[in-house]
Amino acid sequence: MRIGFFICHCGSNIAGTVDVVQVAEYVSKLPNVVHSVHLMYTCSQPGQKEIVDAIKEKRLTRIVIAACSPKMHEVTFRRAIERTGLNPYLFEMANIREHCSWIHDDRELATQKAIELVEMTIAKVARHESLFSNKVDVNKKVLIIGGGIAGIQAALDMADGGFEVVLVEREPTIGGKMAQLDNTFPTIDCSSCILTPKMVDAGQHEKIKLITYAEIESVSGYVGNFEVKVHKKPPYVNYEKCIGCGICERKCPAKAPNRFNLGIGEGKAIYIPFPQAVPKVATITKEHCIYFKSLAEGKLNRCKICQKVCHVSAVDFEIKDEYINEKVGAIITAVGFDLFNHSVYQEYGGGRYPDVISSLQYERLLSASGPTEGKIKRPSDGKEPETVVFISCVGSRDDSVGRPYCSGICCMYMAKQAILTKDHLPESKTFIFYIDIRAGSKAYEEFVKRAQVEAGAQYIRGRVAKIYPENGGLIVRGVDTLLGQQVEVMADLVVLANGVISSRGSNELAQKLRIPYDQYGFLSEGHPKLKPVETNTAGIFLAGACQGPKDIPSSVAQGSATAGKVQGLLSKDQLETSPLVALVECSRCIGCFKCLKVCPYNAIERITLKDGSLVASVIPTVCQGCGLCVATCPSASITLKGFTDDQLIAEVEALCR
Amino acid sequence: MNKLIALNNVNQKFIHQVESISKQKVSNCYQCGKCTASCPADFLMDISPNQIMHLIQIGQKDEILNSDSIWVCLSCITCTARCPREIDITSVFNALRIISRKEKRPVSIRNVKLFFDIVLSSIKNQGRLNEVPLLLKYNLWSGMLLNDADLAPSLLGRGKLHFIRRHKVKEIKEIRQIFSRSRISDS
Repeated sequence: MRIGFFICHCGSNIAGTVDVVQVAEYVSKLPNVVHSVHLMYTCSQPGQKEIVDAIKEKRLTRIVIAACSPKMHEVTFRRAIERTGLNPYLFEMANIREHCSWIHDDRELATQKAIELVEMTIAKVARHESLFSNKVDVNKKVLIIGGGIAGIQAALDMADGGFEVVLVEREPTIGGKMAQLDNTFPTIDCSSCILTPKMVDAGQHEKIKLITYAEIESVSGYVGNFEVKVHKKPPYVNYEKCIGCGICERKCPAKAPNRFNLGIGEGKAIYIPFPQAVPKVATITKEHCIYFKSLAEGKLNRCKICQKVCHVSAVDFEIKDEYINEKVGAIITAVGFDLFNHSVYQEYGGGRYPDVISSLQYERLLSASGPTEGKIKRPSDGKEPETVVFISCVGSRDDSVGRPYCSGICCMYMAKQAILTKDHLPESKTFIFYIDIRAGSKAYEEFVKRAQVEAGAQYIRGRVAKIYPENGGLIVRGVDTLLGQQVEVMADLVVLANGVISSRGSNELAQKLRIPYDQYGFLSEGHPKLKPVETNTAGIFLAGACQGPKDIPSSVAQGSATAGKVQGLLSKDQLETSPLVALVECSRCIGCFKCLKVCPYNAIERITLKDGSLVASVIPTVCQGCGLCVATCPSASITLKGFTDDQLIAEVEALCR
Repeated sequence: MNKLIALNNVNQKFIHQVESISKQKVSNCYQCGKCTASCPADFLMDISPNQIMHLIQIGQKDEILNSDSIWVCLSCITCTARCPREIDITSVFNALRIISRKEKRPVSIRNVKLFFDIVLSSIKNQGRLNEVPLLLKYNLWSGMLLNDADLAPSLLGRGKLHFIRRHKVKEIKEIRQIFSRSRISDS
């Protein structure tokens, strides 16, 4: 056995604390080590060349590199080693940066620790064996969860690239939050005018299978071969037959809150969300439908007016839950966000004042297709407001409500709404209470200036302390921190800039997908800078505001980014899987199947041996090598390749020597 | 200071007045505070220049016009030179002084008004500023007889003080016309 050892200075990152020359000298005297050198930057091209050359010249059969975390460069070095013809798994890294130089000050002790870490690694690598990847076929279909702008963009880019797409949306129509907006910043172009062409494209594209009013029931499998069960909720209207004429909605006698307009104005129990909905079909909300309500009370009611008036017999009260199985190679999660519910702010009325509304409700008031047909009428008495007050950071940058982060979009949509208010009501006066103005993208700062100078929005720096009704209006009491004085405005309408929170149900979905999420419920990307649309689970990607607050341009960019990533993945016919997986020694297995219960990846199956005994077996292409089964197995019959008992004990022995 | 400001009482007329006299748009100000940071007289002001700009934005006429700040301003134009939004803040302060005098509001610092009045009357009568009468009149009427007297020797040495009465400028009529056209009270 001929072991080669390379230690990295990493500039001064390692060499500043660890005496790398001393470590290299020490290691050169260890048994089986035939080559021991220190390099300035091992990961650089010249550094990799030194390794490759040394393997060839010194006929090295095992490689140890003491450098940074294997998360950083294990793949880099494995590739370099593979180029020489040596098996890339006859290699091991010792992490002397994150685990040593970065966390210690004492040079002598740090050097000693580095020597010990390296000794362990050398003892382990001596017991390594050649490992080989498996290959699995790739299913060239992608599942996209969420039909907002990010999901639509990803779907269109995938479909245009020639890949089959399954787009699943929870609501009866795609479009997401963007469909509810009136205009968009920083251009003031009509939201639905730019969104609906994309919605129609997504609805008509021959490569896109749209499943609306449906949610993900379960997910199994692995990158390249996911199996997904989609739960299609019963809309009590046959979507295939419905032509979206809307006569059922007009004739329906059952009033219901209008969900699309966020409770402003009335809706019906059977409804088409909005005129440009895709698919444009009606859906019945069971809890408001007279027929279903009377059915629940045990009475026979013959309402069913919608069924009678429907020209195409699309209304069908007998539709049941439906489950659709899909096999896909990759999954894009684009489940978007929800708005912070401001009812926790008692000082702002806790949701009791009808004229204190959320920013999205205000969008519906501004929208020509909204409940007031684009006329700004305040909810309480329908009066046109003269003074409109906007309050920023409601549910953002506020530790007291558990939302310390900035929602990123509110500063901009407040500026937009101020401009639109001036457009709709030229005589009105708007005040915007802000803490900071965050306008950090292309043309954003100029847009805020437009709100201030052209639309005359008066920005007041300071949080609002309380709002209370008086004489048919609302008194807004705040502070002007630039003057250090309290201020008060008598407002006709108060619009709150509600912050962004994770979409309801996104955490349950994350658990089904086995992807992590942060303390606020936003889904976690693989790396905050270098893997912004990947997750830590291979084959699952993130697009849009489900990962964190995002505006439309960023969501669209991420939609396209995920499509690019998935196309790269699905353009391969076969995928290599890691050989660092668990292996059951079936002769020792006692068939208790504790491993099966703990495996988070469903990678263990029951097999019957020739002698009829039932034992566990690992599906190597599904196994992610986490090692839970190894630790659980009471008969010690499972080993993890690359981390065998033999190898780990050798490490411990080296440390205790 | 520290009284409650009612934002509904925004004096729009005042804002328009300031903007039309100064030819500046006060809503351009985004309150970075660089004017205040630059101002050599800020330590004498009761309301800092950026706060004055903000108070105009929210139409707080009385608070501004009763302040010392508009009279302490030296018109050195540093604020104007440094404003990132290219607002001529000095012109805005000029506009505030003009409005204050037009409305015959009391000038909060008596000696400032005295100084301005002496300077203006000198220009009105002679068409130019005569330093020696200015110094004498100012020290006499302000009651600070020996004010800056220690500077006299060095000013004399440099030939800055002229005791012989200087001639009026030739076009004194035109100068007087400027005064009458400006319609500013010259009391």
